[in-house]
Amino acid sequence: MRALTPALALETAAPATGAVAPAFVWALARDMRIAFRSRAELGVQVLFYVIVVTLFPLSTAPERGLLAALGPGVLWVAALLASLLSLPRLFAADFADGTLEQMALSPWSLPAIVSGKIAAHWLTSGVPVVVLAPLLGMQYALDASALSTLTLGLLLGTPILSLLGAIGAALTLGLRGGGALLALLVLPLTVPVLIFGAGAVDAVRAGLGAGANFSLLAAGLLIALVGAPLAAAAAVRIALD
Amino acid sequence: MLEAHDLAGARGHARLFHGVAFRVDAGRALAVTGANGSGKTTLLRMLAGLTAPAAGSIRFNGAPMSPFDPRLREAVVFSGHLPALKDELTALENLESLSTLAGASVSRAQLVEALDRVALSRRQMLPARVLSQGQRRRIGLARLRVLRKPLWILDEPATALDHDGTALFGAMLAEHLEGGGAAVVATHQPIDLPPGRMATLAIDACAP
Repeated sequence: MRALTPALALETAAPATGAVAPAFVWALARDMRIAFRSRAELGVQVLFYVIVVTLFPLSTAPERGLLAALGPGVLWVAALLASLLSLPRLFAADFADGTLEQMALSPWSLPAIVSGKIAAHWLTSGVPVVVLAPLLGMQYALDASALSTLTLGLLLGTPILSLLGAIGAALTLGLRGGGALLALLVLPLTVPVLIFGAGAVDAVRAGLGAGANFSLLAAGLLIALVGAPLAAAAAVRIALD
Repeated sequence: MLEAHDLAGARGHARLFHGVAFRVDAGRALAVTGANGSGKTTLLRMLAGLTAPAAGSIRFNGAPMSPFDPRLREAVVFSGHLPALKDELTALENLESLSTLAGASVSRAQLVEALDRVALSRRQMLPARVLSQGQRRRIGLARLRVLRKPLWILDEPATALDHDGTALFGAMLAEHLEGGGAAVVATHQPIDLPPGRMATLAIDACAP
């Protein structure tokens, strides 16, 4: 047997109870690393988004006016579906293998850990959607100003989708048929995001400017940033009971 | 260190046990025994602060505890049925990740030393996916070693461990108690400890 080390004497002195910053960084780095190790899954989700967006021009009449009118809405709905597709992964795997238990029992703040996980979800599911939007938007004969408005709107809106989705994902943990229930819970909540996001392009076309739409999206993002991690963390604790 | 008064537990509508009372002091361990489904896991989850008791109270260092109490989270290492390992990460990364999550600042040398102690140092760079059940359990043992928390709450820690692994767990538990730690262990196998270190709670006797 090795030299005896008194357990209590060596316990690290600085209590980290409720620590926020290290918890956020830890969860973000860990989820990004795991996502990177299972790249295939990420690829599937990005491909899904690309294919859904591409199907519409192929299946409707090839009229410039019609496509330009459809485009923003289609990209937004596809972004929403792509986000939804990856949501079950947010907590379910950690719930199934017991990591979520350890997260809830960590001395760190659980909402901060949850925030880190949501940030990782947005970086892996939201950012590709935003980056590909200008490219995919060209299929709909959108001009430069429409494309930039659409992309900026998605940049503000996709984090809201991840944040709202996290609440749904946490609430449906451990339920049978959780995936379908998750969609039913989250989709109605995202309607305002969809309206203001897709509406921004129409506003620009009508010469109104997208300022009002972007302000509303940004306000929604701020509210979700504050509220969603707390709600999701509370739901996680309930799920573990 | 840890006291329970008149604890009752239920899962859904099924009442599992009532009137459970015990006290675990520093340097002592409590073995919880009982048939399958008698509520050992439920009791341990209550003590770890994951589940609220149906009745009764839990005190830690004299203070009454509610689920997820920060003082409890600071002091307890809970190891349940689920190993909390990520298949995508290596043994070393898993151990590092779990120790950081538990708020311990552990150097790489300490992590490697702990893996060496559980005879996994030659497997430390393998993804957890390819490890056997016993080897995954051993990562859990290494976690106990690096965290150095005063109270261990362990659910069937010896499951899937081989003879050497069980002996290693016994030695680590003895070391932990010697160092002033305490432990509550649900177990089917007898654990080899010096006399007077361990009390037994037969949860079947508390069935309603």
